[in-house]
Amino acid sequence: MNQSDSKLILKAEDLKQHYHVKQGLFKPDAVVKAVDGISFNLEKGKTLAVVGESGCGKSTLGRMLTMIETPTSGKLAHLGEDLLTLSADAQAKLRQKIQIIFQNPYGSLNPRKKIGAILEEPLVINTKLSKAERKEKALTIMAKVGLKTEHYDRYPHMFSGGQRQRIAIARGLMLDPNVIVADEPVSALDVSVQAQVLNLMMDLQEEFGLSYVFISHDLSVVEHIADDVMVMYLGKVVEQGTREQLFENPKHPYTLALLSSTPQLSPDKRRVRIKLQGELPSPLNPPSGCAFHGRCSYANDRCKTETPLLRLDDQAEQEQGHMIACHAVEENRIEAIEVGAA
Amino acid sequence: MSLLQLENLSVTFGSFRAVDNISYKVEEGEVLGIVGESGSGKSVSSLSIMGLIDFPGKVSADQLTFDGQDLQAMPEKQRRKLTGSDIAMIFQDPMTSLNPCFTVGYQIIEALKTHQGGSKKELKSRAIELLTQVGIPAPESRLDNYPHQLSGGMSQRVMIAMSIACDPRLLIADEPTTALDVTIQAQIIDLLIELQRKKQMGLVLITHDLALVAEVAHRVIVMYAGQIVESGPASEVFSTPRHPYTQALLASLPESASGKARLEALPGVVPGQYDRPLGCLLSPRCPYATDHCRKVEPANQGDLDRQVKCHTPLDREGRPAA
Repeated sequence: MNQSDSKLILKAEDLKQHYHVKQGLFKPDAVVKAVDGISFNLEKGKTLAVVGESGCGKSTLGRMLTMIETPTSGKLAHLGEDLLTLSADAQAKLRQKIQIIFQNPYGSLNPRKKIGAILEEPLVINTKLSKAERKEKALTIMAKVGLKTEHYDRYPHMFSGGQRQRIAIARGLMLDPNVIVADEPVSALDVSVQAQVLNLMMDLQEEFGLSYVFISHDLSVVEHIADDVMVMYLGKVVEQGTREQLFENPKHPYTLALLSSTPQLSPDKRRVRIKLQGELPSPLNPPSGCAFHGRCSYANDRCKTETPLLRLDDQAEQEQGHMIACHAVEENRIEAIEVGAA
Repeated sequence: MSLLQLENLSVTFGSFRAVDNISYKVEEGEVLGIVGESGSGKSVSSLSIMGLIDFPGKVSADQLTFDGQDLQAMPEKQRRKLTGSDIAMIFQDPMTSLNPCFTVGYQIIEALKTHQGGSKKELKSRAIELLTQVGIPAPESRLDNYPHQLSGGMSQRVMIAMSIACDPRLLIADEPTTALDVTIQAQIIDLLIELQRKKQMGLVLITHDLALVAEVAHRVIVMYAGQIVESGPASEVFSTPRHPYTQALLASLPESASGKARLEALPGVVPGQYDRPLGCLLSPRCPYATDHCRKVEPANQGDLDRQVKCHTPLDREGRPAA
């Protein structure tokens, strides 16, 4: 055990979530591999971003981490304790430490409850605090996220999108968690409000030493907030590394395509557009070999038959922790792509 | 003569002005980007051009002409002929703008039949041709699909096929890619721009994605709370914004902050129906606002090519003029 283990908050090992889908009366059930073997380490005060297109399994991952769903197989450890083998009581205790913020603040707040009731509900369920203590706690957290005291007695419809997301964040903080899974927390918000919420999340991270699992499809937001990034495609991680590795030295063709498709404000940051043909294949009937081969311009026969494993980039020692699942990278078939040539 | 010309267009719903005296024009073969946050009136202004504002909404304008024809004065029947053929629109959410009860083929042919007519066979082959143009593989088999059988990107391609069915000269795209993933967004935008170049259409691209507009638009209009606050060539507006709102929008993008620094967020939200301030609408949120700004509404400064609605427009260094 080395030093970094003491700061390790959440450790996932080969997490899998497979769903069985009925195909018809006489056909055997099909298996959707929504998440298929994901491992990562999350340290205290760090942000792990999970990036990918819709349907790649990033939200399913978030639901597994918060134990809304039980993984089909794999290991998930919170501060060294395996979450999946614990008794129900012990699990309920640990669940308090991992909270989630959902994407749509219009759908995730109960319209019939006042903000005070929404915020105090986790305390009612999980603690034995008195009414006055609960209110005090709710008001403290509200102040932390930039809500005013008078908002305590208001209903969700009286708030704007940005304020609602603040309420959702406050609700997540009520039980003093150490991990927050944020599932697309800013994608429903306007840019100026998005900036406010991102700032708030970074402030709270510093203040409480929170660790975030930040699920997003917006790469410019991820580049700003993340420490580590994981790129997912059809349930699998295709590239994993630190923010610098991913954004300055992306390797996987899918990461390259994602980065080149993201519009850039300044002309010198634009990349040559890599045109991806087609769309995400159906997870019910995933392609053989590398799931990306149908859309990848570097695909050869090996990619069509053999599934690439996530392996360390062996090019240089300093690239430690940069993992890529691609035959073309392994075989050095990808030429460097210049930035700013578009 | 401009393809589309608006002068002092306003749209009111009762006492609420959703669009407040906006003027702009679109030339043939030009891409005009309209950016702004939600509630800034971008969609309502384009709906009013299409004549899609229903009671109790009211549209008024000093001038609203398409290719020299006055859209306000012409009889309803004639205007209906124009919209859908010469002026077409693509809506934001492809999943909900297609009718779930009819096949894709039926919906494309419906537009063709209304505006151009022709035999069933001709219409069908034209529909197939259109689907090929927008890059749908195996278009013959897609004609009989219902919208729920298509993915988001595919539905948006069908929407584009419908809108270009009658070779429009002006295409209004209202957030055409907001509901789509980035790689699909890139495909759709490339397709739109390619079609626009090939047919020399005027394209009005409405979006909240500043970077997207910066990449494809020739000219940009920035809207705030129903008003145009700044307009000009895309490269100039984004490199040297003259309105504090444009400057703040650009500064609040994650791209503009380095490392893990805090973003420069504009405090507050866009004013709604009940909290419209006096004077300049941005004054409660503007870092440079003076007492004068809070009392008197600023006029548009500069000619139509580069306008800014501010008492103290910013100079090249991004500071307000004295």
